[in-house]
Amino acid sequence: MPDQIKRLLVVVSVLAILFVVARTFFIPEGFGKFGHYRAGSLDSIATLPVNYAGHTACLDCHSDVDQVKQNSYHRSVNCEACHGPGQKHIESMGDSVLAAPRDRDYCVLCHGYSSAKPTGFPQIDPIAHNPVKACITCHNPHAPDPPKIPGDCSACHAVITRTKALSPHALLECIQCHLTPEEHRVNPRAVKPGKPLVRGDCGICHAQEAPGDKSIPRIDFERHGDGFLCWNCHYPHNPESKKK
Amino acid sequence: MNEDKVERRSFVKTLVGLVATAGAIPLLSTFDKIYASANDTENELIGGKRYGMGINIKSCIGCGRCVDACKRENNVPRDPYHFRTWVERYAILMSGETKVDSPNGGMEGFPAETSEGEILRSFFAPKLCNHCSNAPCVQVCPVGATYTTPDGVVLVDKDYCIGCRYCIQACPYGARFFDPATRTASKCTFCYHRLSKGLLPACVEVCPTQARIFGDTLARASQLTRFFRFNEIQVLKPDLNTRPQVFYAGLDGVVR
Repeated sequence: MPDQIKRLLVVVSVLAILFVVARTFFIPEGFGKFGHYRAGSLDSIATLPVNYAGHTACLDCHSDVDQVKQNSYHRSVNCEACHGPGQKHIESMGDSVLAAPRDRDYCVLCHGYSSAKPTGFPQIDPIAHNPVKACITCHNPHAPDPPKIPGDCSACHAVITRTKALSPHALLECIQCHLTPEEHRVNPRAVKPGKPLVRGDCGICHAQEAPGDKSIPRIDFERHGDGFLCWNCHYPHNPESKKK
Repeated sequence: MNEDKVERRSFVKTLVGLVATAGAIPLLSTFDKIYASANDTENELIGGKRYGMGINIKSCIGCGRCVDACKRENNVPRDPYHFRTWVERYAILMSGETKVDSPNGGMEGFPAETSEGEILRSFFAPKLCNHCSNAPCVQVCPVGATYTTPDGVVLVDKDYCIGCRYCIQACPYGARFFDPATRTASKCTFCYHRLSKGLLPACVEVCPTQARIFGDTLARASQLTRFFRFNEIQVLKPDLNTRPQVFYAGLDGVVR
């Protein structure tokens, strides 16, 4: 073997040794045990302290409140959703007191009206709905059904009432189109009010031959709308608000 | 004298040769081990679990309790720039234009819609790290500080992260941020510290409408399985082949 090759081999092997030594020195313990990462990192993340104790932890002491909540619309809202993280409260055996939000701003986070919220979710207009009063004067947050039966549709349907008030249908009562059983006031989601189902329901006022004031716009139900339902194009709470 | 020198040299040569060969064997075997275990996490999960989250767009009311709980649970800076989860509000106008906003991540709720035109439809979309099975952030990390756990959660080793921000750039969902306190990358961990104690992630715990459902995607019977059974499931940016483990029901096409 030529001398220069031998010398080259020596250099290469010295470098290889250096590499191996440096590698064992730099690569942290447990690296590669589960994958291309430090195995110890899993433990250090898994053992971080918990702030939210979880929904079952509250039951040990507050089962009475839970009983009330279980039969209410708030049954699926966990305690810590409103009262905040509870682990400290538990560890200090109740010395560290949890927050109980009492201002209107808090309830409105969920129950303030927004068109982006799913239909059917109970929403109010915080400006129109019993202004200034704290929500808890009428509603118990653990069983939020109102103790008094709402007198007017606008108590719950504030936004629709407001929209309708500025529309050509302002003078129509809600019950003109929505046949509402008395039970709906007590049990709003179990017993629902009626809705117009056929074109003829609008025709009571808007058909050519319908009785009533001349100012009511009339249409020919045979030819208008290609057989679509009226509310496929017209929003009944604010029909034809914009002249195009 | 001369003979002596030659002997010493040949001795050193032999020694060097032996040590080099001995050193190369463990070197090769470690590479082999790393390669094998990287493939394990990909195909065969050690714990037999793969955590995932279902998000039902039709249940989300945009109250932002998840954002608040996440920040409190994980000590995320309470400024409007750092979020592990956040809620976006989409509004599609009559003109066809789409408006997206997320004031303070939705943590303090959403102000009334500004009347920039009549709204055709509108909804909330909660976002978080998608814990991709084929995560771009894990691929780009130069030091192995971000990784997929055996149960499918993408985590950051903050003691080993060098703060190069490659992963923040690589994440197609904008789910990562640079933690100003630790000077490392940070992100949603699915509350890994809570999972290890048998608890649910904080955002799932506080969601008042059960818009977030958490569980093992491989389980035969669970709330998540039920969610998969009864909903049409979508993931964000499926074309990127990241294989997200956050699944959306009722997701609109405009959500990216």
